[in-house]
Amino acid sequence: MTDEMIETAAPAGGETSRMNMIQAINSALDVMMGRDDDVLVMGEDVGYFGGVFRATAGLQQKYGKTRVFDTPITEIGIIGVAIGMGAYGLRPVPEIQFADYIYPALDQLVSEAARLRYRSAGEFTAPITVRSPYGGGIFGGQTHSQSPEGIFTHVSGIKTVIPSTPYDAKGLLIAAIEDNDPVLFLEPKRIYNGPFDGNWDRPAKNWSAHPGGAVPAGYYRIELGKAATVREGGDLTILAYGTMVHVVQAVVEEAGVDAEILDLRTLVPLDIEAIEVSVKKTGRCMIVHEATRTGGFGAELSALVTERCFHHLEAPVERVTGFDTPYPHSLEWAYFPGPVRIGQALKKIMKD
Amino acid sequence: MSGDVPANRPPLSLHVPEPRFRPGDAVDYAHVEVPPAGSARRPEPGDAAASFHELAFGLVRVLDEENRAVGPWAPRLSPDVLRQMLRNMALVRAFDERMFRAQRQGKTSFYMKSTGEEAVSVAAAMAMQRDDMCFPSYRQQGILITRDYSLVEMMNQIYSNRGDKLQGKQLPIMYSAKDYGFFSISGNLATQYPQAVGWAMASAAKGDSRIAATWCGEGSTAEGDFHSALTFATVYRAPVIFNVVNNQWAISSFSGFAGAEATTFAARAVGYGIAGLRIDGNDALAVYAATEWAAERARTNAGPTLIEHFTYRAEGHSTSDDPTAYRSADEATGWPLGDPIRRLRDHLIAIGEWDLERHAAQDLELAEQVKRAQKEAEANGILGHGLHQPLDTLFDGVFEEMPWHLREQQAQMLAEEEASGRPWARK
Repeated sequence: MTDEMIETAAPAGGETSRMNMIQAINSALDVMMGRDDDVLVMGEDVGYFGGVFRATAGLQQKYGKTRVFDTPITEIGIIGVAIGMGAYGLRPVPEIQFADYIYPALDQLVSEAARLRYRSAGEFTAPITVRSPYGGGIFGGQTHSQSPEGIFTHVSGIKTVIPSTPYDAKGLLIAAIEDNDPVLFLEPKRIYNGPFDGNWDRPAKNWSAHPGGAVPAGYYRIELGKAATVREGGDLTILAYGTMVHVVQAVVEEAGVDAEILDLRTLVPLDIEAIEVSVKKTGRCMIVHEATRTGGFGAELSALVTERCFHHLEAPVERVTGFDTPYPHSLEWAYFPGPVRIGQALKKIMKD
Repeated sequence: MSGDVPANRPPLSLHVPEPRFRPGDAVDYAHVEVPPAGSARRPEPGDAAASFHELAFGLVRVLDEENRAVGPWAPRLSPDVLRQMLRNMALVRAFDERMFRAQRQGKTSFYMKSTGEEAVSVAAAMAMQRDDMCFPSYRQQGILITRDYSLVEMMNQIYSNRGDKLQGKQLPIMYSAKDYGFFSISGNLATQYPQAVGWAMASAAKGDSRIAATWCGEGSTAEGDFHSALTFATVYRAPVIFNVVNNQWAISSFSGFAGAEATTFAARAVGYGIAGLRIDGNDALAVYAATEWAAERARTNAGPTLIEHFTYRAEGHSTSDDPTAYRSADEATGWPLGDPIRRLRDHLIAIGEWDLERHAAQDLELAEQVKRAQKEAEANGILGHGLHQPLDTLFDGVFEEMPWHLREQQAQMLAEEEASGRPWARK
């Protein structure tokens, strides 16, 4: 892009301002509800109170109770009702208060939302976007910390999206709402208020100094299925998403390794082209996620990279993940794939 | 998108419930029907559920406005038992106060008070046998306290410290105490409901004499687990007591979002053919009497009972909640059914078995008891000061025997600790 183009091109979405991820998500919902009368928001505590994380604050006051409403505490009901509203022709954005509470809704998500288009040959669709805060690092214990994305990436028919900055959160959420297929939009709650370098005992940062904290006020989309290169490099490729993008960046800077870091942003559909180009260039691939290891999305990424880039690899693909235990309360930071775990894997893959 | 509305059909409208009062509103409870104490009839515990449906829509009350225990449900307890009940409830409140403050001081991550709902757990636990099995939600600490569970053990769990027998694995207050007939608290809503039915069915199948009881909030009755539990319980006449603690609020959602605008929660029992009782949950004697009745029904193979405890959540949902953002502060102070501790205290005074001096002295004594326990627990460490469990406990209990992949990960974790130069868990 030339300097001249930067000057003349009107920025998508208009004026930017500093937002944290909650504000960016709120803004995306606001923009979409303003543009499309069929968009509605539903979930536990999302109405008058504006959500336990405040993501829907002010929306009921602005758009009324028939478009932003509290629901009974029944996750299967929330998703089933959203599918029905989608079948009518609306575009519901249901919230599951914590991803740890999504399991009662599995049948409606897996057997219904994911297959409705297929089984009705397109007669019915489920254009719903299920928002849910996920991930640990907040001393939430096993019921407020899990990363269940791998359960859903295994299901055909659901898209899975995970942002890592306020800017991405807004653009991706708008694209998800406009998508005609069901989308699971997982929000890394550890970085709602600021990026996190993985050092839990250092002071928390906010989004004000991060480039991803500058968010346009209006409408813009980030296409689903496109990864972002958050750091270019030649030594190895690191695949990450959500909170782990920031932890990886900090570790890489500290280690002085010339890593290329891809923020996947969408797990399904995956930007396989970006992954292939990068791994073929660097010859090494490390995958980092907070979720448990066995059968996690990292396993799928590892298989894809091995299948497609085998002859370019100079070392085995390395996975850095949470351990295969329930998320602990007091030993949270022993579980979390933090700087030490990532640093050790980095040394290993560069030595191989 | 909106459908075309033909001229000869009226447009529909969507009803979305709205609570009567929001922050700043003056509260008027004229809509809450409070029948006189003693006016509800008491069927025999073995009677057919269909013969007393009106009890699912009324309100069983024992303590009247003059602090007397009246009517057929009055349990006629000895003054000693009444004083013990009062003491248990006051101890729960003292414990809650202290632990709430500990969380605010940064000593732990989370706490949940049961203020205003002490009768629901304490009086129920006293009306059951000590070895009956409880499947509680997260607000029935009164069961543990009534069953003389150690306050220090509870605090160890809250602090996730060296003494925590759950090894710091669970969020504070998610206790587990098998020897005290107290099932491991999940944190997920209503999951304990069908589990209680399963335990009760097993007890019946084995010819045991123990029964089960379970608790959930009115909000959780929306979960599928609740309805599955009631279906199984009626089919197999499971010896189980279902307690629905209707404290009016599920975080910020008032009971209308669980269906309270249309009917009572006790009325859920009617459709399943289960005995349903709606009672004053701030009346410890009504809670005792209803539980005793339901326990006898269960123990005589006459089937399950659903008890709706009509009460009020006087504090926030948890330390993460701010109720002033969504409800009127006057709601708690104006609650027409009063405070359970004060009401039982006044009853004991009215019958000449207690006085305000003794009550004040007891409050001081209980506060001291809690303080001593806190000091003892804090000697085992507090969450705010780091991690207290040996790191390798992270892998204990995933399976009975540790498979190779967990052994590998455990070794990796210990190497990480070594490499970190920060021996986290050895404090």
